[in-house]
Amino acid sequence: MDGALFQLAWPALTLSLRVAAWATAINLLLGVATGFALARLRWPGINLLDAVLTLPMVLPPTVLGYYLLVLLGRRGLVGNWLAQHFGITLIFTWQGAVIAATLVAFPLVLKAARTAFEQIDPQLEQAGRVLGLNEAAIFLRISLPLAWRGILAGGLLAFARALGEFGATLMVAGSIPGRTQTLSVAIFEAVQAGEDTLANMLVLITSTACVLILVCAGRLAPASPSSRRAQ
Amino acid sequence: MSLTLRLQARVSSGPRTFRLDIDWQTSAQRIVIHGPSGAGKSLTLQALAGLLRPSAGRLAIGDTVLFDHTAGIDLPARQRQLGYVFQDYALFPHLDVRQNVAFGLQPGLRNPLRGARDPRVEHWLDALGLRLVAAQAPHTLSGGQRQRTALARALVSSPRALLLDEPFSALDPALRSRMRDELEQLLDQLRLPLVLISHDAEDLARFGEATLALAEGTRHDAR
Repeated sequence: MDGALFQLAWPALTLSLRVAAWATAINLLLGVATGFALARLRWPGINLLDAVLTLPMVLPPTVLGYYLLVLLGRRGLVGNWLAQHFGITLIFTWQGAVIAATLVAFPLVLKAARTAFEQIDPQLEQAGRVLGLNEAAIFLRISLPLAWRGILAGGLLAFARALGEFGATLMVAGSIPGRTQTLSVAIFEAVQAGEDTLANMLVLITSTACVLILVCAGRLAPASPSSRRAQ
Repeated sequence: MSLTLRLQARVSSGPRTFRLDIDWQTSAQRIVIHGPSGAGKSLTLQALAGLLRPSAGRLAIGDTVLFDHTAGIDLPARQRQLGYVFQDYALFPHLDVRQNVAFGLQPGLRNPLRGARDPRVEHWLDALGLRLVAAQAPHTLSGGQRQRTALARALVSSPRALLLDEPFSALDPALRSRMRDELEQLLDQLRLPLVLISHDAEDLARFGEATLALAEGTRHDAR
């Protein structure tokens, strides 16, 4: 592979990995908390809430990107507040790309976590209660260990999705080489500029990474014996 | 032991609502609750254990008031110190037998470590013949071993009473009669009060110092 080409691809690759890693870490925290809440709460509106939270999976990323621009932009509600109180601008920064990738990949972790928590036999948590545990201990000692494989599989899918994010990222973070130009955006730019060899290499890198992630997720995904009740 | 069972509860699952309405007291040491399935036996046991909150009534074991609606007492399940054995044992599949038995001894945020030794746990592993399977996962055990593990897990923290939900129904007849003998020996040794759910006449004869017959959520004494 051409060394000069690789030097062009390298910043995009590391940026993409950094953005995807942050987005996945945030999503694991948010997704586990929300997934657990959705699995356990018996409120009437819970499925509507689930539908709203799943929306990023079906909405075009450009629509999500537009919402984020409206919200986080200079005149947006959140963007204006952040700029005035903390001097933070998110638009056209890699942190903005993290927010876009987080939003787009969130439903993948949420779905996986909710399903994993719902598959746990409720009697196991009751057994924990009878044995003297408080709710925090039950979550950490029973629910989470029994659900973590499913959650991790969802996390890997979210990582792959975040790695490949294009539409929302381009709208929120733009395409500044070395700063906000992720792999998928760099591919678009390379093709537009007619730099076919660079595009080829970027496409190859992205495809390989995604296949590897999917293989890992597939190994985790089938219901592990630990998530079933011992009969 | 004296047991006060006075409770009213409504349990909804989907469109159906089940009403539980019991008023019963006994000073017997060993109590069998029996009746057809759907009579509310398990719900009664769950209410005793604190897993189901009655809408009214009073629950007491010995001098300990577990629940008293008018006095505003509702001891959380984790503070009731009752040894509860679930119908299908509810062993933790991610922990080995020894960790399962040790589970209730430390109430903190971390599970007992694999291979950690606690004399109380080792005592019950020996007493119930679980030494050889102590490092195995629950799903590798036989039915009798599973039940002994659940019993050991309930007994290790010295509960004030043992609550058993159809403990023998999952066992084949030969094993059932052996486990009955083992349980009786244990209760004699420990002088431990027992509340047992069963619809087996043999259990009634063996453990039913006092019996409570339930049908459709309420007391139904033929005698």
